[in-house]
Amino acid sequence: MTVSIHKKLQNEKIEFTLLLEAIYHKYGYDFRHYSVAHIRRRIQRRLTLDGIESISALQHRLLNDETFFFQTVFHDLSINVTEMFRDPSFYLAVRQKVVPILATYPFIKVWHAGCATGEEIYSMAILLKEEGLFDRLQLYGTDFNDLVLEKAKEGIVSIRSVKEYTSNYQLGGGTQSFSDYYTARYSHALLEPELKEKILFANHNLVADQVFGEMQMIVCRNVLIYFDQELQNRVIDLFYHSLCRGGILCLGAKESLRLSEQENKFNRLLPGEQIYQKGYGTD
Amino acid sequence: MGQTETDSGNGKATGKYEAVVIGVSYGGLKALENILPIISSDFPAPIMVVQHQDPLADDFLAKHLNRLSQVQVKVAEEKEKAVAGVVYLAPANYHLLVEDNHTLSLSIDEKVNFARPAIDVLFESGADAWQARLIGVILTGANHDGSQGLQRIKKLGGLAIVQDPQTAQAQAMPESALAATEVDYVLQLGEIGYFLNDIIGTGTFNDQ
Repeated sequence: MTVSIHKKLQNEKIEFTLLLEAIYHKYGYDFRHYSVAHIRRRIQRRLTLDGIESISALQHRLLNDETFFFQTVFHDLSINVTEMFRDPSFYLAVRQKVVPILATYPFIKVWHAGCATGEEIYSMAILLKEEGLFDRLQLYGTDFNDLVLEKAKEGIVSIRSVKEYTSNYQLGGGTQSFSDYYTARYSHALLEPELKEKILFANHNLVADQVFGEMQMIVCRNVLIYFDQELQNRVIDLFYHSLCRGGILCLGAKESLRLSEQENKFNRLLPGEQIYQKGYGTD
Repeated sequence: MGQTETDSGNGKATGKYEAVVIGVSYGGLKALENILPIISSDFPAPIMVVQHQDPLADDFLAKHLNRLSQVQVKVAEEKEKAVAGVVYLAPANYHLLVEDNHTLSLSIDEKVNFARPAIDVLFESGADAWQARLIGVILTGANHDGSQGLQRIKKLGGLAIVQDPQTAQAQAMPESALAATEVDYVLQLGEIGYFLNDIIGTGTFNDQ
């Protein structure tokens, strides 16, 4: 009996839902509130790469092979793409509009949530160093994927990316030469070790974990776009309660509080950039 | 949705097309200028467009095309619902995807076919969301992006349209799509807008 392609697609959608349930029940990681189109694409890619015949077969395998889950599928499903000084206009805006606010605090704590391999947190370290805030600064980089955190701790980027990063850095208002911040070694560029001293990397899961200290600034860019509205609301609520009064929330260029329940508890700091300030009168 | 009748017994469905996806690369500005202004103001379906562009490009293209067109042309925002009579352009440096509930998603995942946004990413997710109710259009371009996506649309019963390579500023992309898929219509650039107006109102499909 041949099954029509539409029936097959319907079945795949059921298998897909069951797969995410299986991952949650077996490993405790909850991808059920992620963008379905995105996750489905990642899973489809894994099936093709490993020659696995169906989503059910993949489910069977990852229930019985924990190494396969942690080293492969978990990595497929986490968001690992990042670059230094991505969206230079954002960094320029931080220099011009956010730094004067941060400068009013005696000690500045900045949390990069979902930092992946750390390119953006190193960018922020460079920026805040150039703006003279380095001595009273602590940066926290968190992700739920230990593999990318290990890579972030190394502070190494591909030499092929350096040209683009240099251009981004300049467009973002860099005041020095970008080459001051790395040492080229074969195919890699080792970022200036001094930057690392101000960064603490830790495992934190935005979907499952709680408030993360009282921050002056939270940066979470291009993570929320992968979440559905319900999960976005929960995470923005978590950010709200992890910020001091007047604290700053920075989102990705295509993310906003537009549809969020918390929208009226923040003020947009400037048009054109997704930079928000928590009200002073609330807690 | 209301126009579609699905017979759950044998999986057959008939009805009208409910959405259009367009993929275009090199020569895209001129191509889109020749299509979007012709789309009628009461076009009863959303149109999603991937145009390859510089990662740092601003929203000039959307503003420019919006000025020329009767329908609204805008940059797609994440989580917004794709509604009839609106053209959504993928933002520079983001992939554009369609969810099953016809809301739009963005991602910064790896480039596909050296491109972000990639046409395949939009077409494949759109095909899964609209299945036989989707029309895919491949226009001018100097690469192979979109071929796989158009194949997926066709496989799920949707309609595949390719710009006649002879009328394309760059022929590689339409030629690649023609080689990969048995397309339904090969049209001259100047015909495509009128064709879409026509088929979206009257055309019907039949699932196998």
